Amino acid sequence: MVAVQETVDQVRQIDVDQYKYGFVTDIETELAPKGLSEDIVRFISAKKNEPEWMLEWRLDAYRRWLTMTEPTWSRVHYPKIDFEDLHYYAAPKSTAGPKSLDEVDPELLATYEKLGIPLREREILAGVEGAGSRVAVDAVFDSVSVVTTFKDELKKAGVIFCSISEAIREYPEIVKKYLGSVVPVTDNFYATLNSAVFSDGSFVYVPEGVRCPMELSTYFRINERNTGQFERTLIIAEKGAYVSYLEGCTAPMRDENQLHAAVVELIALDDAEIKYSTVQNWYPGDKEGKGGIYNFVTKRGDCRGDRSKISWTQVETGSAITWKYPSCILRGDDSQGEFYSIAVSNGYQQVDSGTKMLHLGKNTKSRIISKGIAAGRSDNTYRGLVSAHRKASGARNFTNCDSLLIGDQCGAHTVPYIESKNASAVFEHEATTSKIADDQLFYCLQRGLSSEEAVALIVNGFVKDVIQQLPMEFAVEAQKLISISLEGSVG
Amino acid sequence: MLEIKNLHASIDGKEILRGVDLVVPTGEVHAIMGPNGSGKSTLSYVLAGRDGYDVTDGEIIFDGENIVETAPEERASAGVFLAFQYPLEIPGVATMTFLKAALNAQRKARGEDELTTPDFMRRVKAASEKLNVTQEMLRRPLNVGFSGGEKKRNEILQMALLEPKLAILDETDSGLDIDALRVVSEGVNALRSPDRSMLVITHYQRLLDHIVPDKVHVMSAGRIVRTGGPELALELEAKGYADYAGEPA
Ligand SMILES: Nc1ncnc2c1ncn2[C@@H]1O[C@H](COP(=O)(O)OP(=O)(O)OP(=O)(O)O)[C@@H](O)[C@H]1O
Ligand SMILES: [Mg+2]
Repeated sequence: MVAVQETVDQVRQIDVDQYKYGFVTDIETELAPKGLSEDIVRFISAKKNEPEWMLEWRLDAYRRWLTMTEPTWSRVHYPKIDFEDLHYYAAPKSTAGPKSLDEVDPELLATYEKLGIPLREREILAGVEGAGSRVAVDAVFDSVSVVTTFKDELKKAGVIFCSISEAIREYPEIVKKYLGSVVPVTDNFYATLNSAVFSDGSFVYVPEGVRCPMELSTYFRINERNTGQFERTLIIAEKGAYVSYLEGCTAPMRDENQLHAAVVELIALDDAEIKYSTVQNWYPGDKEGKGGIYNFVTKRGDCRGDRSKISWTQVETGSAITWKYPSCILRGDDSQGEFYSIAVSNGYQQVDSGTKMLHLGKNTKSRIISKGIAAGRSDNTYRGLVSAHRKASGARNFTNCDSLLIGDQCGAHTVPYIESKNASAVFEHEATTSKIADDQLFYCLQRGLSSEEAVALIVNGFVKDVIQQLPMEFAVEAQKLISISLEGSVG
Repeated sequence: MLEIKNLHASIDGKEILRGVDLVVPTGEVHAIMGPNGSGKSTLSYVLAGRDGYDVTDGEIIFDGENIVETAPEERASAGVFLAFQYPLEIPGVATMTFLKAALNAQRKARGEDELTTPDFMRRVKAASEKLNVTQEMLRRPLNVGFSGGEKKRNEILQMALLEPKLAILDETDSGLDIDALRVVSEGVNALRSPDRSMLVITHYQRLLDHIVPDKVHVMSAGRIVRTGGPELALELEAKGYADYAGEPA
């Protein structure tokens, strides 16, 4: 808190007027009343200064949502969510949180310490009341130059990278054309809810033939975090374009909003490639599993053009419940989809995650590498669907699902579905389940490693194939994160 | 260096070691021989502190201290090394990575600086060349797909790098062809030093032709039942263990 005070003082010293407009005013506390109605949807849309068409789109989604029921097919268990007891609009971080770090779960603070998170960032991550606004000021103050250089470089390349709210106002034609074109408004209960009330998220547009000059990621580390509980992201790569987008953060984030339901849509046209990496580390709850985030995400990529490619890489270590199936629609001929996943569960966490590869075009290829690690009393399910449409001649899939169990109170399950309507499709599936054996551990201990180092080493060996898919600087962080998530799982 | 007094140990309530007495002075190499199931590997695990082996009585004095309650990784850092009869595989972890993690963990525990990568590489290179361990093997995941002989060479490589005070070699000769036996023995002999003690568990005289021990002990039914000079091994080779069978429980 000393660090924050320092920052506040520094900000005070510079001309306050500079901050009167823009950032600070946007962050003024505002909270819609609990519950969902057409009025709330209108309120959200108005708050964001949205055009009429966007409001109509949201209202349509809302009306359809009213007719839907929550899915129950996944292997996760949680008390029934009372959708009337939630706030659907909150200015970032205005909801009640702990007053200071003293009120935060000490385990969580210990993790920040281990990850080397700067003090002032710990407050926002832990959801300390008011920390968001203080640090947002601070972020403006600190990183004006970084952001400017970054934006300049993108602009030169013709890449649009902004918030979805800004895109709705500035690039309505592109948004109208693509929003909901991959995940239709009525796709599933959570996606429909998201369509009605989405808070914010990212928008990326890479024009024809452009290779985005940088990873779109970390520069907005702090600002982007305030995207709220119903995140919405849309990424479009025009013909021959390439972009690599990285979402998330290795630090565990607390949030008073227990329910998170994001939608991410990717569109790749002819010869385009999108690489989307996620590191998800929402607060999993305390030792008894209380207070964790429910994360119900719909992520889908559309390989709309011939020879296009979409690749999902995810490292999932957080949340009390994860319900997430990043998928690829392989529509273009010769298009390719990839899914690389590491899902770690410990404590009382429940993970039900996997992918869908829908082969529609000719000679389409997909590859699924899933590594599930279950420890503590957690449950970890891989659920996957690979299907070949009638016209998808020459479709090929390779799936490899490995599970690693640590201890004997956790569970790992593999639920692969395969549907082929084309005789020439070739689908291969491999699956293994293993345990960290006592003798393997002893071998490491005998060489001088502590049991935590030993587990980390064995687990990192297990996930190596997926870690290699992550951008270099992130791979190291992800490895560290996985080790920390599994601390205390043996011995 | 090592003094074992009246050591009793059991697994799941079943007593395997029934009063082992054994002294290995600093700088000496001792061999342990004995029939299958007599408790040789069990003794090596108990010395290294493996979980699940209950020491019900007795002491293990290592370097002047009773280490019966000491954690296995602390024993390792203090200088106890065990070359496993069946080395374990760790998929996805390069042998080189494992060696570095082990060496640095031990150095850290002893309050020494971690080795820099070039320093480490130099040491590995020197040690691996002597043992015919190729660079290619060092890049492969630890022991995965290694032949029996390669695994054993890899154990001795680890011993050479970790420079323990007490090395326990559990049937390091089994599974080795004649050339590998010579290479491994030379590797072991090169590590003989006035500061290092070794306990070599074997079934065969041929290893002891290469690694000539100061003493030979015979283990049977969880006890050391006889101790002699190198000639004892020759006698056992000629007569077998018949004299020692049926030891009282
Ligand atoms: N985990 C265990 N549970 C029960 N009994 C065990 C266990 N491990 C070893 N034993 C028993 O302890 C006895 C000693 O085994 P140990 O492996 O120490 O023998 P050894 O002298 O090394 O034999 P070998 O020459 O075949 O390697 C054997 O009877 C064996 O069956
Ligand atoms: Mg044995």
